[in-house]
Amino acid sequence: MDKRDPFRHNVLTSGHRACSGCGEAMAARMVTDLIGPDAIYINATGCLQVFTTHNQQSAWQAPWIHSVFANAAAVASGVEAALRAKGKDTPVVVQAGDGGTFDIGLQCLSGMIERGHDVLFVCYDNEAYMNTGVQRSSSTPHAVRTTTSPPGRLSQGKHHLKKDVISIIAAHHMPYAATATIAYFPDLKAKVEKAMRIKGPRFLQILSPCPLGWVHDSALSVTVSRLAVETGLFPLIELEHGELTGVMRLAEQKPVEEYLRPQGRFKHLFGSKAGAVELRHLQALADARIRRYGLLDADTQWDTACAMQSVRHGRGGYASSMPTSEAVKNDT
Amino acid sequence: MSVFHEIRFHGRGGQGTVSAAALMALAAFEDGFESQAFPKFGSERRGAPVEAYVRISSTMIRAHNQVYAPDAVVIQDAGLLRSEALLRGLKRGGLIILNGEQNPDSESRDFRWICLPASQIGERHLGRSLPNTVLLGALAASTEWVSPGALEQAVTKLLASKGETLIKANIAALREGVGFITQAEEVVA
Amino acid sequence: MKQLLEGSQAVAEAVRLCRPQVVAAYPITPQTHIIEHLAQQVANGELAAEFINAESEFGAASIVLGAVAGGARAFTATASQGLLLMTEVLYNIAGLRLPVVMVCANRAVGAPINIFSDHQDSMALRDAGWIQLYVESNQEAVDTLIQAYRIAEACELPVMVCMDGFFLTHTFESVDLPTQAAVDDFLPPFHFVRTLDPADPMTLGGGSEADNYQEYRSAQQAAVEDAQPVIEAFDAEFDDRFGRAHGGLLQAYRLDGAETALLGMGSLMGAVRDVVDKLRDRGQAVGALRLRCFRPFPAQALVRYLSGVQRIIVLEKAISIGAGGILASELRAALHQAGMMTPVESVIGGLGGRDLTPQVIESVFHETSRDEMGATFRFAPDHVMPDETDHG
Repeated sequence: MDKRDPFRHNVLTSGHRACSGCGEAMAARMVTDLIGPDAIYINATGCLQVFTTHNQQSAWQAPWIHSVFANAAAVASGVEAALRAKGKDTPVVVQAGDGGTFDIGLQCLSGMIERGHDVLFVCYDNEAYMNTGVQRSSSTPHAVRTTTSPPGRLSQGKHHLKKDVISIIAAHHMPYAATATIAYFPDLKAKVEKAMRIKGPRFLQILSPCPLGWVHDSALSVTVSRLAVETGLFPLIELEHGELTGVMRLAEQKPVEEYLRPQGRFKHLFGSKAGAVELRHLQALADARIRRYGLLDADTQWDTACAMQSVRHGRGGYASSMPTSEAVKNDT
Repeated sequence: MSVFHEIRFHGRGGQGTVSAAALMALAAFEDGFESQAFPKFGSERRGAPVEAYVRISSTMIRAHNQVYAPDAVVIQDAGLLRSEALLRGLKRGGLIILNGEQNPDSESRDFRWICLPASQIGERHLGRSLPNTVLLGALAASTEWVSPGALEQAVTKLLASKGETLIKANIAALREGVGFITQAEEVVA
Repeated sequence: MKQLLEGSQAVAEAVRLCRPQVVAAYPITPQTHIIEHLAQQVANGELAAEFINAESEFGAASIVLGAVAGGARAFTATASQGLLLMTEVLYNIAGLRLPVVMVCANRAVGAPINIFSDHQDSMALRDAGWIQLYVESNQEAVDTLIQAYRIAEACELPVMVCMDGFFLTHTFESVDLPTQAAVDDFLPPFHFVRTLDPADPMTLGGGSEADNYQEYRSAQQAAVEDAQPVIEAFDAEFDDRFGRAHGGLLQAYRLDGAETALLGMGSLMGAVRDVVDKLRDRGQAVGALRLRCFRPFPAQALVRYLSGVQRIIVLEKAISIGAGGILASELRAALHQAGMMTPVESVIGGLGGRDLTPQVIESVFHETSRDEMGATFRFAPDHVMPDETDHG
């Protein structure tokens, strides 16, 4: 018997405890509503788990399980194996932060992909351990201030580069891996829908700004995530069986400073000689990504300008007039 | 009649030492005894010294200890006599079945030695110098702790997945091991 | 039908008879033969299960967690370092009250690295919320594995079947395997109420704070405690159906009229029985008590069985470094609580595969307690070479 509440449709309902402007909450709302309630969700430990299942309450209208921090992909492997054994094809979706994906969860994730489990793994990438109070992760970009990569007399923030996790994932020759952000909903929608049409392991890395950790105005989450794309720092790409099959072209390249300025986590870089060096380094990193993925000359009509022309209509602002990534591919 | 025998097998990894112990226990089980077989616990390494143990009893075997005072010792590689104390704990008058031509140790006259070229016999039947089933045949014939028929059944059972040819070759090797003892006894008689 | 099987194969056959739908494991000595047999059964089509080669024991435990939450009966096995690597997930499985069944092929814990048997691994997990059953023989391993699924699913608790690595896993001995029909009669098909199902969405593993966390723990404690009569009842039912019982929580051997009791767990108790027979033949009033169920700890049953003896020797193959014998400490607490001051000698031995031979066990009996020196435990003497003429 179907015991669901017929009047509440969102998989992730309102009333949860995310911070104002939380990029992860927005992303999770988009992703889970696109997938719908007829799926089983596995959550790694992290902000999403904490703010949606606070103290005996739950904001989930779909079957949802949280075990521990590192094992979401393995739990999902088990759930998927159980469904396979029972002859069911209910979709299985993992949601994890960058800690549960890039760092502590990477081994289980690699195992899940290698074994070919039919699971969509969604990483809400907010580039640090926000749940525990903004400590650096391997996803934290170069030169960012976190509580464990603080700038000081001898330091300009995080010393190391952001881990290129999408390449590591794609190197498993998995059917589908893509990046997305909350700023380009039609793109995100197309990628979620495409992922849900594919069998086997699939991976989505969704840049999810965190006003608390990135130290920006709560109203700017969407803007900031758009600037991450427009500067070339966070390319929107699709990889199928290890091959690059889609990129969102930049209508024009914006200087990284436009992205860095609104964020307090980069504030220490402005106004010092050492900081200026790091700013040039960050610009060089953006330039390198643009060259690597051909973001200024990719053979695609799907660019950041047309993505921004999407008309808001319908629940959640679906932009059905926009070409899907499939249509784009057929055109090229 | 109460029966209790303990046997220790010595060999090298890859010579089928643990299988020999399992076959002996399986044969005893086929003959209606309780039996136990287990390796000296350790990593599996080809060429390294290996030990395995067998207990045969008319009553339930409860202890899971290693065998320290065997009634018989089976030595699959004579070279081990130089490096290992293969006869340790062997009971006075105990039996040694040695894969080799000669009695290499003159100090051990307290024991009964049976020496046979089991590797060569094994080679002839199996195409590989595997001595284990030949030695088992000799052990069965000289002790009568298990019947040769039960050993053949054990071989058929344990090697079921390896194919008819290998089973037949091992049984032939086993029979030649039995024959080595019975012919020698005829000569003595 | 009675067969001569290696312990690992026997237990794999028992697993097959329980019809798990998901098997996940990561190989570690001495557990390997168990999962190799299961992999072969799946490859041969004898076991209709998803066989998942996990990337680590941490992953294996997580996979069976997910499988049971997903509504499938599941199995895993591990040992030693692997069990410790699972630790976080094992606590989680217990907290989620998932009926997972696992075999621990008991092995020492490093450093120094040692692949041989003792009980340090599973004893380290004694507080995790798992039922722990320690078996003496391969027959008991088979029977206990089948009982474990029944217990786990009736109590919604995970069960760890602890069998000594090598001493049992690698030993060929005779085992009577039940028929599939008989096991099907004993063990109903898997049904888990809190299965993840879109038609009845549930949140598993959400947060808890100070106002209710303790209530979760207290409920968990009560559930494990309440498993005692269940374990006894299913062992008794198993006896009715299959003609074999293993003592439920604990098993006494010639304890009637005994002045001294030898208490221990696992395969070493076979040799202890032999020693008891020998000492009884010589007129010594000695008996043995084998603890089969370490969690829940059957304090009252232990007190009941040991109320008549004047001396208790606890032989255990694990040590709480900095404190001493674990089983002995818990037994002392139980006796004290019952107002009994029976001296308990704690003897630790058999660590890292050292063989607790009948000679060693006998010498432990003949040794006098060193309590006067203020020691709460002592180590068993090293192996004594047996007298050649001792057998016959």
